[in-house]
Amino acid sequence: MWQWLYKLGSPKWFYTIGNRVLPWLWGVTGLLLVVGIIWGLGFSPPDYQMGDNYRIIYLHVPAAGLMKGSFYMMALCSAALLIWKIKMADIVAKAVAPIGAMATLLMLVSGSLWGIPTWGTWWIWDARLTSSLLQFFIFVGIIALRSAIESRDSAAKACAVLTLVGLVNIPIIEYSVEWWNTLHQGASDLSLRDSSANPPEIWIPAFFTGFGFIGLFFIGLILRSQNEILLRERRSQWVKDLLLTDNAKADTESGINTNA
Amino acid sequence: MNTDMNKASSELGLLSVMGATVRREMLLAFRNPGDVINPLMFFVIAVTLFPLSVGTDENFLSAIAPGVIWVTALLAVMLSMDSLFRADFEDGNLEQLLMSPQPLYFLLLAKIFSHWLVACLPIILLAPVLASMLFMSPEGMLPLVLSLLLGTPVLTLLGGIGMALTVGLSRSGLLLAVLILPLYVPVLVFGTGVVQAAINGTAFSGLLALLAALFALAVSLSPLAISAALKISIN
Amino acid sequence: MLEVHGLYCERDERILFKDLSFSIAPGKALQIQGSNGSGKTTLLRILCGLNSDFSGEILWQEKPVKQVRSEFCSDVFYLGHAPAINRTLSPRENLRWFSASQGKTGNIDISTALDELGLAGYDDVPCFMMSAGQQRRVSLARMKLTSARLWVMDEPFTALDKRGVSEVEQLLSDFVNAGGSLILTTHHPLQIACDIDVINLDSRVQESAP
Repeated sequence: MWQWLYKLGSPKWFYTIGNRVLPWLWGVTGLLLVVGIIWGLGFSPPDYQMGDNYRIIYLHVPAAGLMKGSFYMMALCSAALLIWKIKMADIVAKAVAPIGAMATLLMLVSGSLWGIPTWGTWWIWDARLTSSLLQFFIFVGIIALRSAIESRDSAAKACAVLTLVGLVNIPIIEYSVEWWNTLHQGASDLSLRDSSANPPEIWIPAFFTGFGFIGLFFIGLILRSQNEILLRERRSQWVKDLLLTDNAKADTESGINTNA
Repeated sequence: MNTDMNKASSELGLLSVMGATVRREMLLAFRNPGDVINPLMFFVIAVTLFPLSVGTDENFLSAIAPGVIWVTALLAVMLSMDSLFRADFEDGNLEQLLMSPQPLYFLLLAKIFSHWLVACLPIILLAPVLASMLFMSPEGMLPLVLSLLLGTPVLTLLGGIGMALTVGLSRSGLLLAVLILPLYVPVLVFGTGVVQAAINGTAFSGLLALLAALFALAVSLSPLAISAALKISIN
Repeated sequence: MLEVHGLYCERDERILFKDLSFSIAPGKALQIQGSNGSGKTTLLRILCGLNSDFSGEILWQEKPVKQVRSEFCSDVFYLGHAPAINRTLSPRENLRWFSASQGKTGNIDISTALDELGLAGYDDVPCFMMSAGQQRRVSLARMKLTSARLWVMDEPFTALDKRGVSEVEQLLSDFVNAGGSLILTTHHPLQIACDIDVINLDSRVQESAP
């Protein structure tokens, strides 16, 4: 276990294992998404209340899950960086931040689109939408802080501290927004109903798209981390070797093409 | 030669070191009156802008008064944060602070308490005057002051985290706002909640207790985050 | 007193130093030499615990510094690039707070300390009205107020005139000969009458980070 964690902390190992995992991940993710989307959009029965409008949950719910998951992952990485000084943790935290922000934005946009037929307006100050908006601001703050600090190591640690401060604050923010919403909205909460009340034909495709999105998340994470690894380790021998062999391969391939 | 002087000096307790820190900050505020006056003037001017933009309808103004006072006070506190660590960072005193043998946690609390005295207390004292200019009903006055008394220290402590993270950057004003305004939401919600509840004639002691809980949490955790952030910023 | 084992530090993908080991005993001085950007200031800040981007071991009285941080801090006096003097306050107010932050009362005569640094009569003048050299002298007056046994000084002679330099050199050699330890960097040819070692960061191997 520790051996494995130690290896995961090595950028080179992460890079190579990433290359090995990626094709499988693409395949599985593509399959899940295709099945989930075709089933969910084409074959699931319309909802007795919302008709076809509910089908946006196949986008909305996974996005909401990714929003939470990304932040927890960043918090975990931040702790790993501050406590054990694992540099790989910062690479992952940096890679995840924009993915989390995009997922939050996707959740907000899909929620708004859903709101037009359901609530009759694209925005209401619903508790869940409002806390997601605040969560989006926190993602943006972390990204802004990283881009403002020149020194890479300082930026990494500052973002880690801010992420952990956010981790403590997010439940408090959500609680306060929940309280505020009941004060101002009464019991007219129209957000997503408990999905277990829906027939299985509706929520099984949601599982497919949900896992598909998780797959997409990890694909994005690995690709972005690999980019960052190459950038940070560009002076090291293994990256030089890697690029040289890649170039050589490309040269021979183009050579074959010209010969043909 | 050094040993002679050691005998002349005696050890100071933690409280007197904190006292010396507060005295120093008070002296600095006295020499730079802008540290006191500017947040206060921002508060007064910004509140004045509201009737000028939304009209002077008494009912409407009294309805938005708690929110206007709270949001403006919150922004004034945030804008005042710049003077918390900036000068010490630039002249090297921050390094000395971090190298003090005294526990940093308490030194930071002393500094933040001084900042609160200088920047926030005048705002709290003036808030009822501005609230009555916005025709807020008198039942809300005491709860407004109480909620500000409990809420502004939390804002100062959270702002201290943001400031400690950005003190090394040359222009950090807007970045600070982006970092800490989302974190200010609970204080704002419960702070205005207290005043609204009092005006509506419902019980507000539970909300004050929530604010007090936020205060306790902020006092116990923020100095840790601030010291971690300061150590990063001076690197 | 202070021991350093296998210190390694890289910054911006450049190794500043690696396998750096040295120690300093009471009554000794150590001069860190090196060209600009060789990591002198970084090394001093690492020794003081102001920079934690390093690996290796730093021992104070044979214990890791991190474990005895509070004792270590009360035994170390750090003079950095910035004077640590608030320009709004007078020298007396600045030094009084310095003493307090060290956990000492202001019983030591601050006026005497200022006199010895050639600032007699300037006790209550706001520091922003003083020249850079005078501000430096206020900063150096802290030497007279500290009871630290290890002084870590980054370019202590900056902005001083010729007489100031020789006065400070006198203070430093007095301190070392009285059993203190001194680690300093300077571009100025040192003339202090005490036991002095030299570490040159330039002569050490420079290479890029792995």
